[in-house]
Amino acid sequence: MRNIRAAAAVTLAISIAAGVTGCGGGSTSGGSNDSPKTLTYWASNQGPSIEADKKILAPELKKFEEQTGIKVKLEVVPWADLLNRILAATTSGQGPDVLNIGNTWSASLQATGALLPWSKENFDAIGGRDRFVDSAVASAGAEGQDPAAVPLYSLAYALYYNKKSFAEAGIEKPPATWDELVADGKKLSKDGKWGLGAEGANLSNNIHQTFVLGQQHGADFFDADGKPTFTSDGAVAAVKQYIDFMAKDKIIAPGNAEYAQNQSLTDFAKGKTAMVLWQAAASTFASQGMKPEDWGAAPVPVASGTPGEGKNVNSMVAGINMAVFKNTKNIDGAKKFVKFMTSDAEQKLLNKTYGSIPPVKTAQADEAFSAPDLAVLRDTLAKSAAPLPQVPNESQFETAVGTAVKELWADAAAGRPVTTESVKARLEKAQQTMQQ
Amino acid sequence: MTATVTTDSLTEKSDRVTSRGSGGARRRLPRIPDRIRQGGLPYLLLLPAVLLELLVHVIPMIIGIVMSFRQFTQFYINNWGGAPWSGFDNYKIAVDFNAPIGEALLHSFLVTCVFTFFAVGLAWLFGVAAAIMLQENFRGRGFLRAIFLVPYALPVYAAVITWAFMFQRDNGLINHVLHDQLGITDQPSFWLIGDNSIYALIIVSVWKGWPFAFLIVMAGLQNIPRELYEAASIDGAGIWQQIRKITLPSLRPVNQVLVLVLFLWTFNDFNTPYVLFGKAAPENADLISIHIYQSSFVTWNFGTGSAMSVLLLLFLLVVTAVYLLITSRGRKGADA
Repeated sequence: MRNIRAAAAVTLAISIAAGVTGCGGGSTSGGSNDSPKTLTYWASNQGPSIEADKKILAPELKKFEEQTGIKVKLEVVPWADLLNRILAATTSGQGPDVLNIGNTWSASLQATGALLPWSKENFDAIGGRDRFVDSAVASAGAEGQDPAAVPLYSLAYALYYNKKSFAEAGIEKPPATWDELVADGKKLSKDGKWGLGAEGANLSNNIHQTFVLGQQHGADFFDADGKPTFTSDGAVAAVKQYIDFMAKDKIIAPGNAEYAQNQSLTDFAKGKTAMVLWQAAASTFASQGMKPEDWGAAPVPVASGTPGEGKNVNSMVAGINMAVFKNTKNIDGAKKFVKFMTSDAEQKLLNKTYGSIPPVKTAQADEAFSAPDLAVLRDTLAKSAAPLPQVPNESQFETAVGTAVKELWADAAAGRPVTTESVKARLEKAQQTMQQ
Repeated sequence: MTATVTTDSLTEKSDRVTSRGSGGARRRLPRIPDRIRQGGLPYLLLLPAVLLELLVHVIPMIIGIVMSFRQFTQFYINNWGGAPWSGFDNYKIAVDFNAPIGEALLHSFLVTCVFTFFAVGLAWLFGVAAAIMLQENFRGRGFLRAIFLVPYALPVYAAVITWAFMFQRDNGLINHVLHDQLGITDQPSFWLIGDNSIYALIIVSVWKGWPFAFLIVMAGLQNIPRELYEAASIDGAGIWQQIRKITLPSLRPVNQVLVLVLFLWTFNDFNTPYVLFGKAAPENADLISIHIYQSSFVTWNFGTGSAMSVLLLLFLLVVTAVYLLITSRGRKGADA
């Protein structure tokens, strides 16, 4: 009897101790080279499907293995799961060696301290920081700190328009200012068709659009100290302008308020809406049966008609970055792999396949990226795109303001008035939920 | 230990041989030394379950409680043991109903109470009604029983995502029927955003929950002696009187457990709102489970989220305790 009790007590104690220490926080130590011949890579889902991504990446990983003898174990993670997976990996310390992150998460993930900082020395190991476009590096971490990641694929917003709908409405060229967009939108919104599409229930998309409009109204959503300023006049005006496309101008269908699964792109492909503001939509349109000559791409409108810096910003710097987990067991291999993926050859090949723009300057010069719609994205990235606020609580910002905008869409769709006061009240509430 | 068990099993075998040899009459249970049978064996048999329970429930719960006293944000995810202690700050934030975070928590708590009341009530009502109707033997009863269990058997994600499609304003089946075919509504309604979202949530939850009630009540009905009904019917009791005077009182113990289980499941339900609305539910359907998830995992305030979870746990413990107290007292009264 005593034996049994003792055995039970010991087993219990061991299991508790194992449980507690096992969960006692992830390792904070730096990387080592204990397993130099293998790497695990979490790629974000970029292509039409996970299988397609595997097919695209597998030959490249094989190439890398032939060059370096390092075997890369690939896992393609869907977007919806990626952030949670990264958080889990960070908490447990059991993550991949190399991974993709959405560039808007850079500062938030940087704050966890789990990612390898890209110091000058680390950048030199992959050919130097100068190889990358400035705006792309700026969206890889907070200002004044070493970036938490390296840019891999860059994206920007453009105004996509349906050429046939435009011709039928007698519109000759895509709008360059918001006034023109509203005027054209009104001409296009009739007989069950609508001028502009939106994804009202997609929080990230709401943030991207209102951030750009905020820039145009001279408003950031954070001040220089990183404190939220959601209720500044510019921010309120920006959000109201966006919602007014449905509430006042009536160029967005009310049903768009509940869209979150890219239904606005389907509507566009079916000819139900004539314009959408989107990042690199070409492959989606093609997959929905559109031919390249059916649609055109133009810069997102700005009040002055000429995109540029400051109040003429017309896109956020969108894209995917590549990060290395600090506690990797193959730090040298991880850097070699980042170097390989950001090499000119791979950059050209992968960005061409995914319809994105290389953040590497020399690769960007390739002719493939001069096709009309890609040229719009490229020029936007080079001249008139700004990174989202690189603050540690960016993730909170996306949720808080994104949800406020979603609720405003619901108000507009239900025919409730959307006023400066009601917009301000929603943003005020969003701001008050920001902790830290 | 090992030696003892081996000896036991040998003894056991020889025992069986002996009993079979003596004409198969079962003399007694396999002989395990009394000292183990009376004292240690139950504990030994419970040990695997206890260990798993510890790992799966108790330890995470303790960790959650510890987290709720720490200032645990993205800065400490990598080393959350190092998150500074914050005392009761997280709790103060959660229950400060004049500030937005507390106000939103209270709002979602009230929404959850209303939702649970209707979802559990209707699921129970439909379950009981269907079980009573299928009590009589008739052609097609087996088929109906099987059909009724389909919602319970379907994977939650697949079922709820189908509902989400049906609730879509412009292309969904619900509006097609209500607006296009029957003309009940003036214009297509929104179900997944705005005021109607709570109805959508209740409908899906009831659809998902009632087959369980149906199954349990159907099992409970098997235990009611048919003679009671026959006697009542001879005495001139109608169908309603039979249900009121025989069926429901006999089902009482079953219903007590059923309602409690449905309440706990529904109050904590995460899958239905998450699949239906995504990570930001409309205000009218902001259930507490999603709200806590959002506070913890979407805005990365794990400390506050943990505090909210602990408060929810306490609330459910109190409700369950009070419920069990009342119902057991009632039962004692009935027994007496």
